[in-house]
Amino acid sequence: MEIPYTISTRPDTGLWNAKVGIWLFLASEVMLFGGLFSAYIFLRLDALPGEWPHGLLNVPVGAMNTAILIISSVTVVLAWAALKMRRYRAYWWYMLVTILCGIIFLVVKLTYEWPQKFEHYGAKLKPEALAKYEKYLGNERRTEKGLEPRVEITGHLENHEALADPNIKEFEIGLDPVYVEPNNPANDRPHFFYVPPTDHVAKIDKEDVERNTSFGPWHNQYFATYFTITGLHGLHVLGGVLVFTYMWLPVSKKVYQRNPEHLANRVEVSGLFWHFVDLIWIFVFPLFYLL
Amino acid sequence: MNNPPDISQDPAEHEEYAHGVHQHVMRYVMVGVTLLVFTALTVALSYVNFGTAKANIVVAMLVATFKAGLVAAIFMHLAAEKRLIYRVLIFTAFFVLGLFFLTYLAWYNPIVR
Repeated sequence: MEIPYTISTRPDTGLWNAKVGIWLFLASEVMLFGGLFSAYIFLRLDALPGEWPHGLLNVPVGAMNTAILIISSVTVVLAWAALKMRRYRAYWWYMLVTILCGIIFLVVKLTYEWPQKFEHYGAKLKPEALAKYEKYLGNERRTEKGLEPRVEITGHLENHEALADPNIKEFEIGLDPVYVEPNNPANDRPHFFYVPPTDHVAKIDKEDVERNTSFGPWHNQYFATYFTITGLHGLHVLGGVLVFTYMWLPVSKKVYQRNPEHLANRVEVSGLFWHFVDLIWIFVFPLFYLL
Repeated sequence: MNNPPDISQDPAEHEEYAHGVHQHVMRYVMVGVTLLVFTALTVALSYVNFGTAKANIVVAMLVATFKAGLVAAIFMHLAAEKRLIYRVLIFTAFFVLGLFFLTYLAWYNPIVR
């Protein structure tokens, strides 16, 4: 049996069926991401002073990934327009650029942004021990200026064996620059460019540390929501790339030769999905990277 | 059945149609450039101090909403869509706002243990 209304429109809705289908699917996607974003808002509003970190992600890399998604959103709509104009060659190239953009986005996330987090450590201090590490934290000045206190010391963990060995009483952390010059006003706000940990090693008594973990989803609520939302978003990017690849391969040229409008409609609905994924990222980028 | 098996369009008619699509193409590119500019703007504004952290969040979300609106209206063709799709989206907006409202209630009136 032939599937009805894949190309022509249904008289009562004025739409071909796949378009109704994709919008119903996107409606469910709004609820899926909506739930996660409301969890983000809830956790952030409830965070104790100083416990919601700022400036831990690489802003230029995030901005570049945002630009890549925007460019791919343009190329996918141009690919659709090329099909409408019956220019298969142009379609092929636009689609290729779209697919490559999606792949670059994922590669940057999976080989650079995420792994870097798993190598970065943060020792959350017990509240009563904060004063002891004042020279790294600079909280007296921050309180005077009305800024949130610093409650953890982050950087490169020099002695990994301390995590498991109870005989080692101290963590040795190669400090992030903020903790080397805590009273420098330049460190009051996050930096634009990523600054790696310094050679300045601080020794922190294990007794004063609530927990010392890498910046994985287990580190705090910020990273939990960051990995959940960007992970789910990344899966969507992957899904889009797979669908686009199918429509770019020679197998889809047969659809085009049979009826070009059919392929154009397929590109349009998968493009709608892709724009939605881009739209989610437009909110993810400022919420996690900038604010 | 309901689908035309083959489209053998009249070339003259198709030329006219293609011309219409071509004008859209320029618009898509312009919207893309606008989105890139506004991305840069979002980054720049996040380093401007608007007084409180809340004010910075509001500014960033306003810019993001504008960008999302552009994507939805132009790329997703919502500026001119059929009624059924608007109806679906009205329901979606209703439910997603309800979801955020529940979050607000939970924050405003938390469970105290």
